[in-house]
Amino acid sequence: MLKAQDITYTIGQKKLLDHVSVTFEPGKLHLIIGPNGAGKSTLIKVLCNQVLPQKGAVYYGNKEVSSFSKLELARIRAVLSQNIELAFPLSVSEVVMMGRYPHFSVKPAEKDRIACEDAMRFFDVLNMADRNYMTLSGGEKQRVHFARVVAQIWYPIENSCRYLILDEPLTFLDVHYQFDFMHKLLDLLQNKDIVIVGVVHDLNLAAKFSDQIVLINKAKILATGSKEKVLTKENIRLAYQLEPVIHTERSAMYLFFE
Amino acid sequence: MNHFKQYYGTSLVLIILLVLTVLFSIRYGAVDITLDEIAASFQHWFTPDDMMLNERILMEIRLPRAILCVFVGASLAVGGALMQALFRNPIVEPGLVGTSSGAAFGSALYFALGATFDFNAGEWTLPIAACAGAIVSTFLVFALSESKQTGKSSITTLLLTGIAVNALFLSGVGFLSYIARDPQARSITFWNLGTLSSANWHSVIIVGMSTVLCIVISLRYAKQLNALMIGEEEAEFMGVNLKRLKLYVLLVNVIMVAVATAFVGVISFVGLIVPHLLRMLNGSDNRFLIRNSVLLGGLLLSAADLAARMILRPAELPIGIVTSAVGVPVFIFLLRKKNYFY
Repeated sequence: MLKAQDITYTIGQKKLLDHVSVTFEPGKLHLIIGPNGAGKSTLIKVLCNQVLPQKGAVYYGNKEVSSFSKLELARIRAVLSQNIELAFPLSVSEVVMMGRYPHFSVKPAEKDRIACEDAMRFFDVLNMADRNYMTLSGGEKQRVHFARVVAQIWYPIENSCRYLILDEPLTFLDVHYQFDFMHKLLDLLQNKDIVIVGVVHDLNLAAKFSDQIVLINKAKILATGSKEKVLTKENIRLAYQLEPVIHTERSAMYLFFE
Repeated sequence: MNHFKQYYGTSLVLIILLVLTVLFSIRYGAVDITLDEIAASFQHWFTPDDMMLNERILMEIRLPRAILCVFVGASLAVGGALMQALFRNPIVEPGLVGTSSGAAFGSALYFALGATFDFNAGEWTLPIAACAGAIVSTFLVFALSESKQTGKSSITTLLLTGIAVNALFLSGVGFLSYIARDPQARSITFWNLGTLSSANWHSVIIVGMSTVLCIVISLRYAKQLNALMIGEEEAEFMGVNLKRLKLYVLLVNVIMVAVATAFVGVISFVGLIVPHLLRMLNGSDNRFLIRNSVLLGGLLLSAADLAARMILRPAELPIGIVTSAVGVPVFIFLLRKKNYFY
């Protein structure tokens, strides 16, 4: 379980997160939505221990995040950030192998190689293993990084959940791969020890795939829970200043904007 | 994985070429030494009194010079590989954080004003002055690039501060060579283009120790530097302690470059070109890049030194002229030929 407890984070006079408390459970898909500048990425940074909030604490299981070393944390938690650019040319397999770096000291073991291969197969990039990463398209690069972060937490860990944190993973992907990726996340969640938290912009994708939606607006959590509870006309109007048309069909939900 | 074989193949070829070049460079020079004489001088290793003139030239001039050359080349090349990886930037040279311009300034001070100071440590005066200059300028770069709010220094700020401080110290060198009288001014120029003519066993031992120690440490950080290729935050997500990595890698680079530069002067381009050549050949994995940079750095500098001694024989060219004159066209040719960066 991943838990943020009463987080307040301020830069200068500006509150980026204001008393934010939220819990992410294993085996469920948690998606964070919210307008630009609402504090989504800041929350991700706090969850990843990249910034230290003035108030509140983050817990991985029962342990506070600051009690982990960077390496300990990297063994149980993988993060996909936005806008990754490689400084130097590398082959795809080398990039994916970096996901296993926290798990070996000098040379990768057989199980590290297997994890990389399986992760590459899972995300449909095994056929480009020997290609230069820099020659790939934006969507292909993104899938390589999926393989990298999933390889990082490929094997279950004793006495701990595995955590996967995704900051806007769907950028650069076409509709086919957006859906493909969301389905793969659901596949991964068949492992009941995996906690997945992701930031997305597409409300319809959030409605279709998430188990829990967290709507952040103006540094606060506006609503959290099921799609019916969060994606109401009032909430969307408040957060995005747009008038939605909400269409429900059996258990599915579709949002349109005029 | 097949690229491992590629890396080792490159290493093997480089080792063979390095041994051959070192052999050539102890054999040829102002005086040519025959292979028999080379063999004889090694036989007389423990009985130096029996050595003939050519054997003495070999043992006291050529051999230390050849070995120093390998160490300095390795230092500069590994320094370049480390700094490019750390700054995530291909245009970075090992002297970027002020080290070599500071060393140049220290040495220029020694040449221009040395006589007016009381300080004199014999053959060590120049290296000490250069090393002190390197330490002062590098320290200045770090102190100035540290952010007041966070106490951290961002890599971009460090880079820009490095460029600024370099310019400052080089203008200092320019000023000193302007006010210096002729022989001193020539010494400053010569030193700024690098020369290995002062090589002896003392310098070999000191540069050798710093080179070997620093390379061993840098190999420990190679994997973390790989992770840094994806990004600073991403490296942290993969378990890298970024603060410690930066500290150690910069420290290692400063020691290597300061010590090497202190003895041989400023040699440009080796630190920039060697890591790029190797990346074009075998890719960017720092674990292999650093190992092969040792070999190719040593090889290139040995070859350049051999050329510097042969072109105007019996006179000598500053080695920096050779490294730049040959290195630049080759480098640009390769950049254009292989679609390196896309």
